[in-house]
Amino acid sequence: MEISMMRRVYLDNNATTPVLPEVMDCMRPYFGEHFGNASSIHHHGQETRASVERARESVAALLGCRASEVVFTSGGTEGNNLAVFGVVRPGDHVITSTIEHHAVLNACKHLAAKGCEVTYLPVDGRGLVDPADVKRALRSNTKLITIMFANNETGVVEPVAEIGKIAAEADVYFHTDAVQAAGKVPIDVNQIGCDLLTISGHKFHGPQGVGALYVRKGTQLEPMLYGGSHERSRRAGTENVPGIVGLGKAAELASAGFERGDDLRMDHQTMAAVRDSLERELLKIEATGLNGEGAPRLPNTTNIYFDGIEGEALLIALDLKGLAVSTGAACSSGAIEPSHVLTAMGLRRDRAKASIRFSLGKQNAVEDIDFALGLIPETVARLRELSPVWPKSAVSR
Amino acid sequence: MSGGVDSSTVAAMLRFEGRNVIGLTMQLWNQRRLAGHEGMPESVQGRCCSIDDVYDARRVAETLGIPYYVVNHEERFERDVVRPFVEEYLAGRTPIPCSLCNNHLKFDQLLIVAQQIGADHIATGHYAQVVFDEQLDRWLLKRPADKSKDQTYFLFGLTQEQLSRTLFPLGGMTKPEVRELARKHNLVIAEKPDSQEICFVPGGDYKRFLEAYLAEQGEQPAGTYNKMIAGEMVTTDGKVIGEHAGVHNFTVGQRKGLGVATGSPLYVIQIKNDTRQVVVGKDEELYSRTLRARRVNLISTAELRQPMRVAVKIRHKHQPAPAIIEPAGESAAADEVRVTFDEPQRAITPGQAAVFYDGDIVVGGGWIENSTQ
Repeated sequence: MEISMMRRVYLDNNATTPVLPEVMDCMRPYFGEHFGNASSIHHHGQETRASVERARESVAALLGCRASEVVFTSGGTEGNNLAVFGVVRPGDHVITSTIEHHAVLNACKHLAAKGCEVTYLPVDGRGLVDPADVKRALRSNTKLITIMFANNETGVVEPVAEIGKIAAEADVYFHTDAVQAAGKVPIDVNQIGCDLLTISGHKFHGPQGVGALYVRKGTQLEPMLYGGSHERSRRAGTENVPGIVGLGKAAELASAGFERGDDLRMDHQTMAAVRDSLERELLKIEATGLNGEGAPRLPNTTNIYFDGIEGEALLIALDLKGLAVSTGAACSSGAIEPSHVLTAMGLRRDRAKASIRFSLGKQNAVEDIDFALGLIPETVARLRELSPVWPKSAVSR
Repeated sequence: MSGGVDSSTVAAMLRFEGRNVIGLTMQLWNQRRLAGHEGMPESVQGRCCSIDDVYDARRVAETLGIPYYVVNHEERFERDVVRPFVEEYLAGRTPIPCSLCNNHLKFDQLLIVAQQIGADHIATGHYAQVVFDEQLDRWLLKRPADKSKDQTYFLFGLTQEQLSRTLFPLGGMTKPEVRELARKHNLVIAEKPDSQEICFVPGGDYKRFLEAYLAEQGEQPAGTYNKMIAGEMVTTDGKVIGEHAGVHNFTVGQRKGLGVATGSPLYVIQIKNDTRQVVVGKDEELYSRTLRARRVNLISTAELRQPMRVAVKIRHKHQPAPAIIEPAGESAAADEVRVTFDEPQRAITPGQAAVFYDGDIVVGGGWIENSTQ
């Protein structure tokens, strides 16, 4: 079949999501008629300033914080870096986990090279950090605890509120990377008890290249970028106005979705039900299993291993048939490496490499799941038949 | 697709023939892995799997409008190519990693992936030809039209199954013709220079690579491992004339860097794995008439029962020499072959391949175990 004519179904929404049409509509004028620099004193500046501040309020509403506590960034990586480098100084101790996103893990690795101490907490077989471990890891010089809200690969939701309590009792800053959680589950910074929280626009139908960091009032945050006094001197640089407006709209749509459901698109309950049915059907294939079983999970993510296959080959085979999914993390060349998250959960290396992540977005429909289920079982069977490690007798069983 | 001219042109040729083409690049080795180790350059210098090459391959795929993926085979590459490469040198042999890569990665792992994703064949930029011979009922591997680019020496390990699923579209072309075609299709890599060195060894300095790799593996503290494989330098008549710092520094036929001064030029005649002795002698002592090849793969014939007259190539840049091949005898393994040359050959090197030719047809080949006068 000619590749361009093929039906394509996208089940990789934890990588990125399509911008919703109403988000795009909101952004469009800011590439044209509303072009002002939000710092300018004249009419054009005032116009965009107002839009930036409205967007800030929408993000604050999504997170349950004050608008003044929202710092716009270029996305998740910048937010996580700003949180980590913004509060930790040489000689400080940081507590994090082995399943964090590289934007946190590699920032901590850099800190360690610069004279900080870092504790990487393990997770259990379900992918959960034990809050008691956090407590035990505390030291007199602990400055920051950074544990993610929800994992990008498994969707497992960490006990962040419990960790927040421990951090508050110890008077230690608590940052949580909520990039995957935002827009998928309700977030309330006060209920979590965090001082810093990262979100990224493109993970919940906003544009790429924009995000926000929640910074609790009173947090001593040193900026990474120096320049003008933008973002209350916490992040210099002319605002990405179209992006910020888009992020604001995406936040607004997400909040509305939690409040009253969303009739036009897949709401969170429906998404969980659709995900569950996909999961149930896939687990009927022999020698498969769910990664993160028994843990609370995001409603949109499922991560499944198919013994005897290379996830890489399955991903390519499915992509060639029009289904986009993902596995592990891509290295610089685009090749796939076994997931550090799954191996941290104790998965055997071959099983980690045999795992595939399916993640849904609001644009998905039930038919997309049918399409996926029409492809995956036969593709897995073909891969196994050609696999040098799969016992041939098991195929016919 | 390596990002080079040959494989890129293959992709273009097949695409314009109307074939359904999928581009694959194998990620085999992380160039940054040994950077800064034990005398290795801090910056990345090697060619293998560099980001630039992947970028080039991706650009070509995009130009041609074909799907393109990078597949990670680093673990297999280390196990089946890099480690044996290191171990062969430490055992006093001179390995050919390219043949190991062809046998274990390109025509094994990659072929499996290709079949798994629904492809019937894999096509590569090797200069060689595959044809099916109805009478013999076998797939044959033949030398290419451009004899100066002949890569059949590295492909002797291909099985019938592998050959039946392999395409070598450049087999009938010369290198200038390939470049011309690349230009015609506006491929960005049309003027890219050919790669020559072992892809994972930066700058071709294999000794430094060995040292860095072993230090990284923690098998020997940096800078000390050659003491373990150091030994005596002896003449062919058994006289000790000096010491050497490790058998990996030598290859049969080597003249430079022996570290001993005598009146007449000396050459490495033999490297004794068991005693770690490097045997040196005169040029005429380098010649041998017979060799024993192990793990022989036969291509144009299913088995070798009778002695057979062929021409045998003992290194990539060797002119095939007339010889008789025959089973190595009762006491040897079934896949061992004895090669007896019409004329003694210079510097038959254990670890290299002996590849048997009948004209342009590759009869088969194996790994050189030893040679005898």
